[in-house]
Amino acid sequence: MSEIAIEVRNAVKAFGQGGMAVRALDDVSVDIRKGEFFTLLGPSGCGKTTLLRLIAGFESPTSGQILLDGQDITHLPPNKRPVNTVFQSYALFPHLTVLQNVGFALQMLGKPKAEVAETARQMLALVKLDQMADRKTSQLSGGQQQRVALARALAPKPKVLLLDEPLSALDLKLRKEMQVELKRLQHETGITFIFVTHDQEEALTMSDRIGVMSAGKIQQIGAPREIYVRPVNRFVASFIGETNFLPVTVSGGHVTLKSGIRIAAGNTHRHHGDFTVTVRPEHVRIVPRDAEGAIPATIRDQVYFGTDTHYHLVLGDGTEIVARQQSRTATESGLMNGTTVGVQFAEGATRVLEQ
Amino acid sequence: MGTRDDAPPTYEEAARARSIRNAWALSAPALFVLLIAASGPLLIVLVYSFLTPGKYGNVEWAFSLDGWRGILFTKDIFDDTLQLADAHLTIFWRSVKLSLLTTLFTFLVGFPTAWFIATRPPKARAVWLFLITIPFWTNLLIRTFAINEVIRNEGLFNTVMIALGIFETPLRIINTDAAVLMGMTYVYLPLMVLPLFAAIDRFDMKLLEAGYDLYASRWQVLRRIILPIVKPGIVAGSILVFVPSLGAYVTPRVLGGGKNMMIGNFIELQFGQGRNWPLGAALSMTLLIIVMAALLIYVRAASKGGHGHG
Repeated sequence: MSEIAIEVRNAVKAFGQGGMAVRALDDVSVDIRKGEFFTLLGPSGCGKTTLLRLIAGFESPTSGQILLDGQDITHLPPNKRPVNTVFQSYALFPHLTVLQNVGFALQMLGKPKAEVAETARQMLALVKLDQMADRKTSQLSGGQQQRVALARALAPKPKVLLLDEPLSALDLKLRKEMQVELKRLQHETGITFIFVTHDQEEALTMSDRIGVMSAGKIQQIGAPREIYVRPVNRFVASFIGETNFLPVTVSGGHVTLKSGIRIAAGNTHRHHGDFTVTVRPEHVRIVPRDAEGAIPATIRDQVYFGTDTHYHLVLGDGTEIVARQQSRTATESGLMNGTTVGVQFAEGATRVLEQ
Repeated sequence: MGTRDDAPPTYEEAARARSIRNAWALSAPALFVLLIAASGPLLIVLVYSFLTPGKYGNVEWAFSLDGWRGILFTKDIFDDTLQLADAHLTIFWRSVKLSLLTTLFTFLVGFPTAWFIATRPPKARAVWLFLITIPFWTNLLIRTFAINEVIRNEGLFNTVMIALGIFETPLRIINTDAAVLMGMTYVYLPLMVLPLFAAIDRFDMKLLEAGYDLYASRWQVLRRIILPIVKPGIVAGSILVFVPSLGAYVTPRVLGGGKNMMIGNFIELQFGQGRNWPLGAALSMTLLIIVMAALLIYVRAASKGGHGHG
């Protein structure tokens, strides 16, 4: 186990009073390791930004603790925490030049002028904006402003960098570029990044670990692959990627569909009773009706995506599922709407979800 | 063009001529008001300042620089030597001092007020702004006498203080510079609050968090972030307060009494009892010059701040 940078212990944040109080964070505990790219992922209103603001010091928790390098920083104001934030709206200072923006924190820390200017120039070089040092921030494009915000937050060499949906205002192409850029910066600086996003693809491609949040709670923490392949509950399974849900009965290690057909699942031993099984569309294979172990299904609809085609299928018990197949020519596949086919699930791809 | 002199104008030429005619016709009322109602009287005042005072007021049409000289100097009645007019300088100094202090105090009171209003929810904000502007609806003279009623020796403040046993004798506030300052601060406060509010309203509150996040203390956030960004509002408010303060007439008259004159009262004196219209005219022009200088500083400062926040 590597060292812990940020430790959040049983953090509760309630807004409002008494019976009207809303728990934005409901007993959240999470350890964020030194030097990792940790992403808080969830829909809007799930509490991810509140958690970030708690770590930054803009809000204080109703109860619970926040530790940085093992020291309690719960009640330190933001200007006393070696933690910096990249804001969603960038929040660049409009009255200062790009260089002055980047040097601001160092200046506030009382560093000598020459050092402030030199470090600021280095940071601008790091985000490839050294040519823009003397511009006003209003003269920059959105992507450039984003880089200035990054350089500004990285300049004082914080122990942890917090990023609050920093890419959401950029167009798709720029966003992809910045994703790569962010990963590069994180590698070069070795600083712990805590990244907040509602974009699951962004989370999957960039993070070392992801904390999936919903309704003020962390639902699952794990590496991207783990979260995608082994979601613990229905929320995580449906929020990350597309998936199918099948109602099943589990008893004695056997998983049975409503239609009575037995299917294989990797994680059955602890369960007993009615459950839901999840299986990703790309793990649903369409096979001939008489193939061994095939579940009979009827093609109801198909949607062509270029490389892939999504087949909407209805199983014998009325459950609707989606299968994703690499596109073939229509004549080759012969999969017409209304055709009855067989369906198989890839080995180990089905998971019984916790309730 | 020589060959076409007698040719009928083309359509474009006629249209252009017509649009120029229309432009003049449409701006005629504005030009008329500017020339006759503003520049005209100003011109008369300027001419009067170079004339000789008449015996019973008015002017005699003989050129003289005595009006302008009289601003700073008085002629000795015995040997006609010029002496620096201490009394005049005192009045100038008091005017500038009280106007600057009024500007400062309206800022000190107005900034937190404007900040408070700008950070209210939109509905409450409208109510607060409305409350701020209410005094404008009441006659200035009445408002000034109301202050008089509060601070005079037998007024509300002293009566209460004596009744409570805090003072034994009334505190003399009325007819002092402090009374004038108090009155002007009260009267001109909205002129400071409104432009400050406009500037703070445009201020992105996220910048405060950014400032704190980047290790600035509260004081540094105020000095390095808030004040520079709302500077155009501060400059506008200061000018709006300073200019009328400098020419204030009613407030120093009612609250300052006869002795604590400001330029405005001094000018009035020349046209009234003093019967020295050229001096009054020269003083008016001087006041105008000071105001113009202040406006020039304003334009300079505002254009220097130029980062999109007009």
